[in-house]
Amino acid sequence: MPMVTVSGSPAPVVPTLAMAFFWLVSLLLSSLVWFIAVKASDPGNKPLQKGLLIFGVLFSVLLQEAFRFLYYKLLRKAIEGLVALSEDGCSPISIQQMAYVAGLGFGLMSGAFSMINLLADALGPGTVGIHGDSQLYFLTSAFMTMVVIFLHTFWGILFFHGCETQRWWEMAAVVLTHLIVSGSTFWNPLYVGSLIPSYLLMFAMAAWAYVLSGGCTRNLLQRLQGQQSETSPQPGS
Amino acid sequence: RKVSGGAAGLGPVVGGSLNCVSFSSGVCWANSVERKIYIPLNRTAPCVRLLNATHQVGCQSSMNGDTGVIHVVEKDQDLNWVLADGPHPPYMVLLEGELFTRELMLRLKGTSRVSGLAVAISKPSPPRGFSPGLQCPNDGFGVYDSDYGPQYAHCNWTVWNPLGNGLSYEDFHFPIFLLEDANETQVIKQCYQDHNLPRNGSGPEYPLCAMQLFAHMHAVTNTVTCMRRNSIQSTFSLSPEVVCDPLSDSNVWSTLKPINASRKMDPADEVVIVATRIDSHSFFWNVAPGAESAVSSFVAHLAAAEALHKVPDALTLPRNIMFTFFQGETFDYIGSSRMVYDMERNKFPVRLENIHSFLELSQVALRNSSALWVHTDPVSGRNESVRPQVRALVETLLNSSLGVNVTLQEVSQSQPLPPSSFQRFLRARPIPGAVLADHRAAFQNRYYQSVYDTAENILMRYPEGLSPEETLDYVTDTAQSLAEVATVVARALYQLAGGTGNTSAIQADPRTVSRMLYGFLIKTNNSWFQSIIKQDLKGLLGDEPPQHYIAVSYPVNTTQLVQFVLANLTGTVVNFTKEECLNPERAPGADKEMYDYTWVQGSREPNSTSRVPFCVQSTVHLTKALSPAFELKEWGSTEYSTWTESRWKDIRARIFLVASKELEIITLVVGIAILVLSLLATYFINAKAHVLFSSPGDVAY
Repeated sequence: MPMVTVSGSPAPVVPTLAMAFFWLVSLLLSSLVWFIAVKASDPGNKPLQKGLLIFGVLFSVLLQEAFRFLYYKLLRKAIEGLVALSEDGCSPISIQQMAYVAGLGFGLMSGAFSMINLLADALGPGTVGIHGDSQLYFLTSAFMTMVVIFLHTFWGILFFHGCETQRWWEMAAVVLTHLIVSGSTFWNPLYVGSLIPSYLLMFAMAAWAYVLSGGCTRNLLQRLQGQQSETSPQPGS
Repeated sequence: RKVSGGAAGLGPVVGGSLNCVSFSSGVCWANSVERKIYIPLNRTAPCVRLLNATHQVGCQSSMNGDTGVIHVVEKDQDLNWVLADGPHPPYMVLLEGELFTRELMLRLKGTSRVSGLAVAISKPSPPRGFSPGLQCPNDGFGVYDSDYGPQYAHCNWTVWNPLGNGLSYEDFHFPIFLLEDANETQVIKQCYQDHNLPRNGSGPEYPLCAMQLFAHMHAVTNTVTCMRRNSIQSTFSLSPEVVCDPLSDSNVWSTLKPINASRKMDPADEVVIVATRIDSHSFFWNVAPGAESAVSSFVAHLAAAEALHKVPDALTLPRNIMFTFFQGETFDYIGSSRMVYDMERNKFPVRLENIHSFLELSQVALRNSSALWVHTDPVSGRNESVRPQVRALVETLLNSSLGVNVTLQEVSQSQPLPPSSFQRFLRARPIPGAVLADHRAAFQNRYYQSVYDTAENILMRYPEGLSPEETLDYVTDTAQSLAEVATVVARALYQLAGGTGNTSAIQADPRTVSRMLYGFLIKTNNSWFQSIIKQDLKGLLGDEPPQHYIAVSYPVNTTQLVQFVLANLTGTVVNFTKEECLNPERAPGADKEMYDYTWVQGSREPNSTSRVPFCVQSTVHLTKALSPAFELKEWGSTEYSTWTESRWKDIRARIFLVASKELEIITLVVGIAILVLSLLATYFINAKAHVLFSSPGDVAY
């Protein structure tokens, strides 16, 4: 699990947890807004309730991204302070690593919130379906959560890179893809409509983030080939 | 009895907010995932565990509820699937009310393929009758035993309840619930038809519709064990965990001429006691409509009390009349045994020596062609000193029925008494007395102590289209018949008390009887009951038919309502203010020793929402109805009732779908595989990070 990558040294753990907390706050605010909207409206009006839910999701996505940006700003200031405090003039953690752990924190908290409720009810003897819902509810929820965690991690990297290098279109891409993924969940229970686009987007984001983090296909292929050449004896030298 | 305790709630509340859409005005209380999975069954009644000195009876579920695949049994052959053929045991049986018989239950008891039972109440009531009580009710606690009339003991002479199958006194190791709402039963049957029926010749496929019943009882074995555990807990523990409670409540009593309740009666004074029971029971907890077994008798009793109080020379009669309403008679005579015990130990104002005669009203609503039978005790009837008094009592009774549409007849003098509170008094002292009933030998009541002993059982029929107010005052044939019985009783009591005037003026009011029948059998929340209760007891009245079970916390609704009705019918309105009524020592002319003062909220003024409260002066008192076995701490007593009710934490029922084992294992294996895969991938990427991410160009910035 990616937690393994951050548990090596103390420096990345704090931003992870801080970012998790920021996500929590963004969820709280967005759910507050949605809750008030629901309470103020007529509960019997189904199309209105559905519309409010869509609005709620939209608002939550935008708020999450806003908090990501806020956190970036905070981190920028923090790194300056860390550099000033450190002995050798370098911060103990680079902005790239910050981007990674920030995205990870976001993703982990989002995943936790998505799954804990489900897990609590999955412990009982029953499964979803008595009202006609799909039996694969738990399985697809688990896969969806996984893809969202990965996506948040990669979005973190992309977003911070975009902020650093003033490439606003990268940030816009993150917001847009987040909206697409969240919006695709409204296709549920047609799970094909939500899982497949999300996974495709996830692979795309993964590739983009890999390239931005300094990896390139040449290295990957070299690595794989290096492995192969290590296992098979070189003909001559 | 329910114990309140903390239940650990899993999962944060906020997390589900985006999924959770609140449908009602309340806050989103049930997680929406839970609502996708479970359908709770709200209108159910459980079967709980009751214990006596030697046995435990009732039902028990596992600590975390019992789950089973639902199978609907509508005819006998359906049971074979449950017992032998079905491939997915254990099963949760949904039974039609008509099939709820002893044979079927004993077959279910013997198998391990049944994890629970839900009985759908049968509408209309089963035509052949149904009684889960004993064939010989309260056997061993009456007066007939090996010393006193051995040929009458254990129903050797007459079987009183031949339809009794004794189910209420069996011990079941699985939970049994009653489904009171036909709509819920239909939901369950629909789920069964959608998922549990075999398709195309092969067995039913997963997911299957299942039900879970929670009814875990804390007490085991018998009363001796659970009371011992209670006493250990209360002695040694800071927060004692009580496992059972004795069944107890209060008896209601009142006298025609006021007596000083704190002082003992003069030995020369004589009292005629008239008694009825006010409780009933059924197989299920707190479902006890008791129309014929209890309500009919105490309503007639109340009407007779009202009629007697209207008699002009009531206060100058030579003997007093005591109207007694015993609670807990269904469970081996809790109320009457306690009263006799108190009388023997001089804790009650009236002593056994003061009792001149005893008249009891047993089940009186189902009279066959206006016949009312007089039962007397054959053993004391042979006693030389008692015999003439018994004869005189019966003569008085037979004379009181002249001019009323009631044909009083005496049963054979060699027939024993039916189960009655009078038997407890006879155990202490040979008192002349009689029991009035509508049955000559076996009960007329085919639903004795069952869920079907309702207003329908005593043939209370109202015409269509009446408003609640009109229904309250409408005099049914049943009400008329009970009023006639009450008239006979009132006239007989007047003569027994030494009255010499003309009795033809003593008449019970049918309108009062119909109001009481409506209030005690159909709806307690009616305008009359609202006007006679205290202001702060509005929770007493409900819109559902009231249940007359003794329960363990007192006073129950029935006792309180009987108390208020008796006060209203036999008391007088006095002109006190609220302060004076609540504190009678400050009121001029009030006698706190002789009377009881109640401030009732009164009826609503027309075109207004406010009520006109007033003060009622009456001689109504409550006295404790807890079996002497618990006072004496003789929990294994065979002389006094030892019934206790177990405690429990959680009683509920729900239905849901269960997935196949294969799907569950697949889900688990996939999850573990992904976990292992991700660990490996992370380790690999982490280890080779310096190689993978070493591209020149914008890396460090």
